[in-house]
Amino acid sequence: MSTESMTAPAQDSTSKKSSSNSSFARIAKYTAVRLVTMAITITIGIYLTILIANMGGYVDTIMRNDIRESTTMAILANPQYRLLGTEEKHELIQKKIATEEKRLGLDQPFAIRSVRYLANGLTLRLGRSLHITSDHGSKEVRLILLERLPATLLMTGVSELMLFFGSILIALPLSRKYGSWFDKLTITLSPTSAAPAWFYGIFLILIFAAILKILPFGGLVDSPPPTNRLDYGLNVLKHLILPVVSVIISSIFISIYGWRTFFLIFSTEDYVEVAKAKGLPSRDVERRYILRPTLPNIITNFALLVIGLWTGFIILETVFVWPGLGITIYRAIGIYDTPVIVGSTIIYAYLLALTVFLLDFIYALVDPRVKVGAGSAQ
Amino acid sequence: MKAIKNTLREFLKYPSAIIGIGVILLLLGVSAYALATIPYKEAVRLWRGGEDVWYQNPKYAAPAWFNYFSKVKKPVSFKVNTLDGGIEKTVTVVNEHMDSVDMTYSFDYAYDAPPQEITLYFSTVFDQKLPFASIKWITPDGREIKISNMAVDRKIAFRFSKDEKLQKSLKTERVMDALFYAPDSDSRKVVKGTYQLVITGTTFEDDSDINAEMVLHGDLYGLAGTDKYRRDLMLPMLYGTPIALAFGLVAAVGTTLLTMIIAAIGTWYGGWVDELIQRITEINLVLPFLAILIMVGTFYSRSIWLMLGLTILLSIFGGGIKTYRAIFLQSKEASYIEAARAYGASSGRIIFTYLIPRMIPLLIPSLVSSVPSFVFLEASLAVLGLGDPLLPTWGKVINDASSDGALYRGLYYWVLEPAVLLMFTGLGFAMFGFALDRIFNPRLRDI
Repeated sequence: MSTESMTAPAQDSTSKKSSSNSSFARIAKYTAVRLVTMAITITIGIYLTILIANMGGYVDTIMRNDIRESTTMAILANPQYRLLGTEEKHELIQKKIATEEKRLGLDQPFAIRSVRYLANGLTLRLGRSLHITSDHGSKEVRLILLERLPATLLMTGVSELMLFFGSILIALPLSRKYGSWFDKLTITLSPTSAAPAWFYGIFLILIFAAILKILPFGGLVDSPPPTNRLDYGLNVLKHLILPVVSVIISSIFISIYGWRTFFLIFSTEDYVEVAKAKGLPSRDVERRYILRPTLPNIITNFALLVIGLWTGFIILETVFVWPGLGITIYRAIGIYDTPVIVGSTIIYAYLLALTVFLLDFIYALVDPRVKVGAGSAQ
Repeated sequence: MKAIKNTLREFLKYPSAIIGIGVILLLLGVSAYALATIPYKEAVRLWRGGEDVWYQNPKYAAPAWFNYFSKVKKPVSFKVNTLDGGIEKTVTVVNEHMDSVDMTYSFDYAYDAPPQEITLYFSTVFDQKLPFASIKWITPDGREIKISNMAVDRKIAFRFSKDEKLQKSLKTERVMDALFYAPDSDSRKVVKGTYQLVITGTTFEDDSDINAEMVLHGDLYGLAGTDKYRRDLMLPMLYGTPIALAFGLVAAVGTTLLTMIIAAIGTWYGGWVDELIQRITEINLVLPFLAILIMVGTFYSRSIWLMLGLTILLSIFGGGIKTYRAIFLQSKEASYIEAARAYGASSGRIIFTYLIPRMIPLLIPSLVSSVPSFVFLEASLAVLGLGDPLLPTWGKVINDASSDGALYRGLYYWVLEPAVLLMFTGLGFAMFGFALDRIFNPRLRDI
């Protein structure tokens, strides 16, 4: 991205007249190319996931067992067949199983079936879970996951936004006062980010839930939940404090450090010196000449952090018994509920791909030197 | 040589580097000690052995050093055996066939509460006639309490609190209270002083013998305490160190080196090779790393070495490739590369002797800094229940503790011990890596 797109604006300026017209076409073309690459990437990624989840023949075995169980049960429970002898019943069951397996395509080789799994996965037809049910009693993997998504988004959203804006707000003034004791403190504390959020979560639970008993051990709301809407919201907030704080503790110092360093490096650039020499107020210098060019870097860092957090939340949710996507996966592992594991993997893949895809456009928005599609137009 | 000296001098300027390297050396020392004193098989046996191995320990016992910080002294567990001379044993010949075996054990008991349980494990050798044993308890204030008279089979465990006859003769179900509290009052005060357990055994055959082991289950145990299976937590604390270090270091070195080699090959050959590597990186970014580890752990094997290999495999095509690629793109144009090309060096030679060695200073800090994340990854997997089924690791202890509700029940030591060790390791490597980064990348030094 860096070297290719940096040189692009120079070319653009030669044909200023047609730029508005052609830039639309270029963006459209770029978006299309990008979408196609992303689609291919997702497809390969999900296909790999399906291969991994099926390689031991696990899904097949489970499905076969499922069919056997359900057909046997159906026939044994059906009063129509009550008069049949054991032999005949057995034969009938075998026949039904064979038709059912044929219907689901289990008689086909895996290579063909894996493509069908892929198609199902890509169109988000995630199938039915083996054991886990949603709170409404549905076994549709899609419904189970959709039900859990809001809780996950609440936790990730709150913690990441606070982390993002908190770090920027602290790092900018810090870069002006580098060498101060607060600056040194941040540097000293930044190795603490080596530990993941769940790890701090355990300490926070120990202090605030076990010893001080002022905050809950985990969960989304008290049980029984408050009936009043306002109380419910406040109760959720109370449960949200510890997980959010542990995410923030685990990342805040390293991100403040990283951003302050970026700001510092950029504040020694020549154009900043020129701006200062022009006599611009330091706030303008800070905002226009330091913050602006560092934004792409910051956003990349942030996006990588988000991606890391998404995967990391499996454990944080488990530690805090937070009823989100992560803990659902964890429960699914415990009882070998393959469709739920594969299903949530597909959701993760889509979320990650979306983030990566959007990054390019966000770059173009915040950094005038980056032109969407300029790289591919060369 | 001078460069190394300068680096070293530079290095000593950073206290965090010194602390970091101190921590790392300490951990390496503990690892060496653990591996030298506990062989792999022994570690697995002690960790997975079952009740046979752990019966001597109390359940949920906190570390013994808790007493130093507490006003109320809780009883510390111990065990003594006649076989290793822990219990004094004298054999006197009574007549041709009869021997008298006297076993006496005196111990100071200065704790403020009676123990949970005292158990005697007898093991006897005889042909047909069972040896006989009578057990007596002498308190510091001189009271003599008859515990039991019994014929002793080959292997037998006598639990004081569970013995109905003893409960009857003491007129209470709380045998330990009766044995340790002062008898007269309701003050419930432990009589402190020297207690004595006297076992008088009689054997009725020539080659017959009798041995006893006394196990006192207190509330505290050893340096690290025990868990719900009565396992000594010292084992996972000690043995978890080499495992954590091995996982972290191998994963960090493997990932960083392979990433760099792949980035170098990609940039050197360019064209479709480079394109392919970049596409793979993108696909890898979409693949959910942890979920795949979880799936493999669930479906195939939870072996730590498989997890290690998979971790490296999935991390090679990470974000690092882009960083290295950008640097390689610059150094590819350098004049020393051109010189190498001019003398006819092969591509392989240029990549491995010119491109990569120049990157080592950049590589080392990021390598060291990435160790903690892998150490914690191993712990994370264990916390999710995907830890190695055989090996005692820190993460497994946290997993056991949290699945047993250790924090609810106030068994903080159970969680804190592995957590503190993890933190210690993570901070050590992170601080060292941080300092290295500032030394090797002078641009960061001034700011």
